[in-house]
Amino acid sequence: MKINMEVRNSGREKPRDSRFELYAWLFMRFSGVLLIGLALGHLVIMHLINNVDIIDYDFVAARYATPFWRIYDLILLLLALLHGLNGMRTIVDDYVHPRLWRRVSLSLLYSFGFIFTVVGSYTILAFQPK
Amino acid sequence: METRFKIKRFNPEKDEKSYWGEYDVEVEPTDRVLDGLHLIKWYQDGTLTLRRSCGHGICGSDAMVINGVNRLACKVLIKDLGKSITVEPMRGFRVIKDLVVDMKGFFEKYRSIKPYLITDTPPPEKERLQSPEERERFDGSTKCILCGACTTACPSFWADKEYVGPAAIVQAHRFLMDSRDEGKKVRLEILGDREGVWRCRTIFNCIEACPRDIDVAGAIADVKRAILFNKS
Repeated sequence: MKINMEVRNSGREKPRDSRFELYAWLFMRFSGVLLIGLALGHLVIMHLINNVDIIDYDFVAARYATPFWRIYDLILLLLALLHGLNGMRTIVDDYVHPRLWRRVSLSLLYSFGFIFTVVGSYTILAFQPK
Repeated sequence: METRFKIKRFNPEKDEKSYWGEYDVEVEPTDRVLDGLHLIKWYQDGTLTLRRSCGHGICGSDAMVINGVNRLACKVLIKDLGKSITVEPMRGFRVIKDLVVDMKGFFEKYRSIKPYLITDTPPPEKERLQSPEERERFDGSTKCILCGACTTACPSFWADKEYVGPAAIVQAHRFLMDSRDEGKKVRLEILGDREGVWRCRTIFNCIEACPRDIDVAGAIADVKRAILFNKS
């Protein structure tokens, strides 16, 4: 006997079959773990071993003479920006419901995220010691 | 012993907003909060409105906020709360009257995850068999009585009423982890959506709220894992 079960539509939007939220969630986990190491390393080197009195132009120029620290800083910058950006997106998703406000907040968020990424990456990559 | 009940009252036909009603009741320490509410309704103020059915922690109709925490009124003893007890309707749902809330949306979400066995294969001669180990996987989630305590304790749900909520995810878990069920694809599609499991921020309020001691956050993590590895 085949039972024909009527599938009731509960009035919810049809799922969009997107894996975006899954990847965003995964990214937060992995970037979070990486950031602990990267940010702590940054903190120890720049604020505990050295400090702002020692760090000057020559210090940065010496650091950036090798690609290692540039890559380190670039990864730290990109992960921290994206991690923070995605966290803010989540908060907007949770708490900002009016369509217009949502659009405004997300536009501002993505614009600033983009500008900071470009400015930060440019500084790291284009820096040339005199 | 005499106990003071502070109950959040609201009658939409009379009141603009809710107010606290205070009632002194003579109860036994071993009485349940539900007994206290009965004494108030039967002997002091018949207009006090609440839902209850079995009164023994099985039907799940008397979930409410008791001393700030989601509880079943029929499972909390007065001696564990002391002489002053506050009772409010569950948070996040529209209040219909006093302690009765509108659970329509809650059950819509429950239905949305298709809470019934889905199979494509023709039924065998007798029953669909399952080993005790296979049954064990979803043992916790079969205990759910749909009282709504977990969902209304969830800040993600308070913020976003479209979030499918922990109760519906536990119900989905019950079928997703069932070796006899063949509806995983359609269920995971719903739960993997924006208003599905990714709204869960692992705040763990649901675990504290559950009167059946279900590992709700664990069930949600199982579903996340199932979506991630696309298996269950």
